[in-house]
Amino acid sequence: MKMEVQDISKQIIDPKNLVYDRSPLMTDNVLTYCPGCGHGVVHHLMAEVIDEMGIQSETIGVAPVGCSVLAYEFLDVDWLQAPHGRAPAVATGLKRIMPEKYIFTYQGDGDLAAIGTGETIHACNRGEHITIIFINNGIYGMTGGQMAPTTLPGMATSTSPYGRDVSTMGYPIKMTELVAQLPGTYYVTRQAVHKPGNVRKTKKAIQKAFENQKLKKGVSLVEVVSNCNNGWKMTPVKSNTWMEENMFPYYPLGDIKVDGELVK
Amino acid sequence: MAKQRGAIVVDIERCKGCELCIEACPTSVIRMERKVNGKSYHFAYMENPAECTGCNNCAIVCPDGVISVYRMKVEV
Ligand SMILES: Cc1ncc(C[n+]2csc(CCOP(=O)(O)OP(=O)(O)O)c2C)c(N)n1
Ligand code: SF4
Ligand code: SF4
Repeated sequence: MKMEVQDISKQIIDPKNLVYDRSPLMTDNVLTYCPGCGHGVVHHLMAEVIDEMGIQSETIGVAPVGCSVLAYEFLDVDWLQAPHGRAPAVATGLKRIMPEKYIFTYQGDGDLAAIGTGETIHACNRGEHITIIFINNGIYGMTGGQMAPTTLPGMATSTSPYGRDVSTMGYPIKMTELVAQLPGTYYVTRQAVHKPGNVRKTKKAIQKAFENQKLKKGVSLVEVVSNCNNGWKMTPVKSNTWMEENMFPYYPLGDIKVDGELVK
Repeated sequence: MAKQRGAIVVDIERCKGCELCIEACPTSVIRMERKVNGKSYHFAYMENPAECTGCNNCAIVCPDGVISVYRMKVEV
């Protein structure tokens, strides 16, 4: 018997048919990110992974300076908030005094690849058994869209209004490829969260990066190439298309190092 | 014949109207409401509920975790 569409929808919307809901590890606080910002998607994935692994009470995050400075308001695990760029150093200390805990940093490209370059490289070189989640949106989002070391050649930002001129401003730095060369990194991958398929892959990568901590074989780093539609001055949908066309050729997606072996 | 049917529920006041869910939906179920929520954002709703398969795509790309997805087998 055919029922009216509305009636069927009403029938479907029943707790017993629930197949997806926000992770219980996300707090009720409304995210402070701009509409359509990839930071939010990655937060939900981390919450899901930590929840599914059953490690909520054993996980400590280190929040950066940047738009995700308030990450501790959103993801219900223990957190510290580090000075700009220092998250890997803080995570090093935490992991060394509490080696059985799951310690991760969550950092933007301004944090990880500019002011925190030294901390990032040396934590990777020392082979700290931590997880680094690296959100690369090619810009300083929080402070108003200034050029970052990751900004693409020719890309206009508030501090490079005529586009990044590599002859005076240098080239975008591929931190992920760079740290993959160090023996202290065990898993290095680059993902995205703009499409459902990419979101599913990124979740697997984050899960692997957390599970690797049990092996004590060094740093697992997941870069997520993301949008900053506010900094890029685009609608969220347009920013994702722009990201595919411009960011992905320079920052290609995929695994770079798996189980300690370079695969690219 | 039994068919997978889905439905979404949008937490209207948390939706920021980014439209990424529209892009993610393979069966063009979602549209933005002309009305706005308390934060002045247009919000997502099911324009074509009959087409929803409950695939989760919209929910997992939603940066704000606004969408809950339900799925069941329906006799057609
Ligand atoms: C020591 C110090 N220097 C500079 C700043 C200003 N500042 C705040 S956020 C930020 C850049 C953040 O950019 P990114 O890490 O890319 O994160 P996003 O906001 O894009 O997510 C800067 C330079 C600061 N807070 N502290
Ligand atoms: S400024 Fe950019 S990175 Fe920051 S919340 Fe907005 S879109 Fe996201
Ligand atoms: S993706 Fe989420 S926040 Fe964006 S319009 Fe859809 S329901 Fe609203």
